[in-house]
Formats: sequence, structure tokens, C-alpha cells
Amino acid sequence: MTQAPAVRRPKRRILPLVWLTFSGGGVIAAVFLPVLVLLFGLAFPLGWISAPDYAHLHAVVTNWLTRLVLLGLFVPMLVHSAHRFRYTLYDGLQLKRKLLIAFLCYGAAMAGAFASLLVLLSMR
Amino acid sequence: MSEQLLYRRRVSTWWWTRKRTYFVFVMRELSSIFIAWFVVFLLRLLSAVGDSRSAYDHFLDWASSPLVVALNVLTLVFITLHAVTWFSLTPQAMAVQVRGRAVPGSVIIAAQYVGLAIVSAFIFWLVTR
Repeated sequence: MTQAPAVRRPKRRILPLVWLTFSGGGVIAAVFLPVLVLLFGLAFPLGWISAPDYAHLHAVVTNWLTRLVLLGLFVPMLVHSAHRFRYTLYDGLQLKRKLLIAFLCYGAAMAGAFASLLVLLSMR
Repeated sequence: MSEQLLYRRRVSTWWWTRKRTYFVFVMRELSSIFIAWFVVFLLRLLSAVGDSRSAYDHFLDWASSPLVVALNVLTLVFITLHAVTWFSLTPQAMAVQVRGRAVPGSVIIAAQYVGLAIVSAFIFWLVTR
């Protein structure tokens, strides 16, 4: 490594945070999503396994610990998804409007995080 | 430093279809769309459960419609691709040491599959008991 550049760009400071959340979201998606997709995406709607009883599922998801855990799972997954999709657009489709793409991707993730918070707080 | 003008050939939009490894790379990157989709799907489920019993039944009806099922089959394929590739890349992204010795990559990969199994079993137990 040679000398550090004299002028540091401000974006460097938030990059490690995005990267860390990206990695965390990647692990969460890899560990938690397969079973959730299999159960709630296929097995329950198609009746392979009888869908959980309403009262039981309601009790599980309205528990405040569950809500907190779900928020902690959703937000990093959304950041992960946005970060990866951003680079898919750069590299895969060779798009050049980089600032706009970054703004749209992270903006969508933030909107998703806000929606998650609203849903989790408004469950009765 | 003088400005250099270099000729750069534009890379084709379809560059990733020419080689299998490139194709798998782009498919892996596309898993991001399906992760976002399934978070939205889970939010719809939670909002239905938080609402009422009939909203939950309505959600299950919607989730069993052909389009949503097809989307979730694709989601399962892409999430599996994400999980497998993510686990196998971890040893390269993260050097784990125990008592000054590097933990072999295969152990790191295996540990993640154990984590996956435990989390899956726990969630299965929690929602179906």
C-alpha cells in the first residue's frame, strides 16, 4: 500500500456501515429465508402442511420480542437487497447514472424499513 | 498528470450470457430482487395477521393464487442459490481464528449449515406447534 490519498471523500465514511449491513442482511437472508419461503410461501398456502391456527400465529407475531426480532431481520435484508441490486444495475446492465441508481436503491430500502416499522407497530 | 484519452469498447448488456460462471454470478446478484419480494410478502402476512382472522384467510387465498405460487417457487430457487453461494464465500470474506490458528474454510461453511438447520427447525417448531 502506498500513501493514503490526501483528500478523503465523505462517502468513504458511510461505506463500511453499508457493507456491514449488507453482509449481515446476506447472512440473515441465507439462514432465515429458506424455511420461511418453504413454509409461508408454499407449504401453508398450498396445504402441504395445514396453515398455523390464527390464534397461535397471532400470539407469536404480536409478541414484542418477535416484533423486535422481525424488524432486526427485515431492515438488514432490505439494505442487503438494495446494495446488491445497485451493483447489478451497474455491472449487469452497464447503467451509468450511478448517483441516481444509488439514491433510488437505498431510498427504496429506507421506504421498506419504514413500512416494516409501521406494520410491526400497528399489529393489534 | 496529463489527461489520457483511452478508447474503451462498450461492454455488451448481455456479456453475462457467454460463460456459465458469469451467468451464475448474475443470477446470484438477481437474488436481491427475490429477497426484497419476500420481505414484502412477509409484511403482507404480518399485516393480515395483525388485522383479523378473515384478513389472514384472505391472505392465504391470495398466497395460493397461481401467480404468487409461481413467484414463490422462483423465490425458493433464488434464495437457495443465494444461501449456497453466500455460505461458500464466507471463508474468503472472513478469516476466523481460534487460539491463534486459522479455522479451515470447510469448518466455517459447515457451521453455517448447522446454523441454518437450527434456525429452520426452531421456526418450524414455533409456527406449527
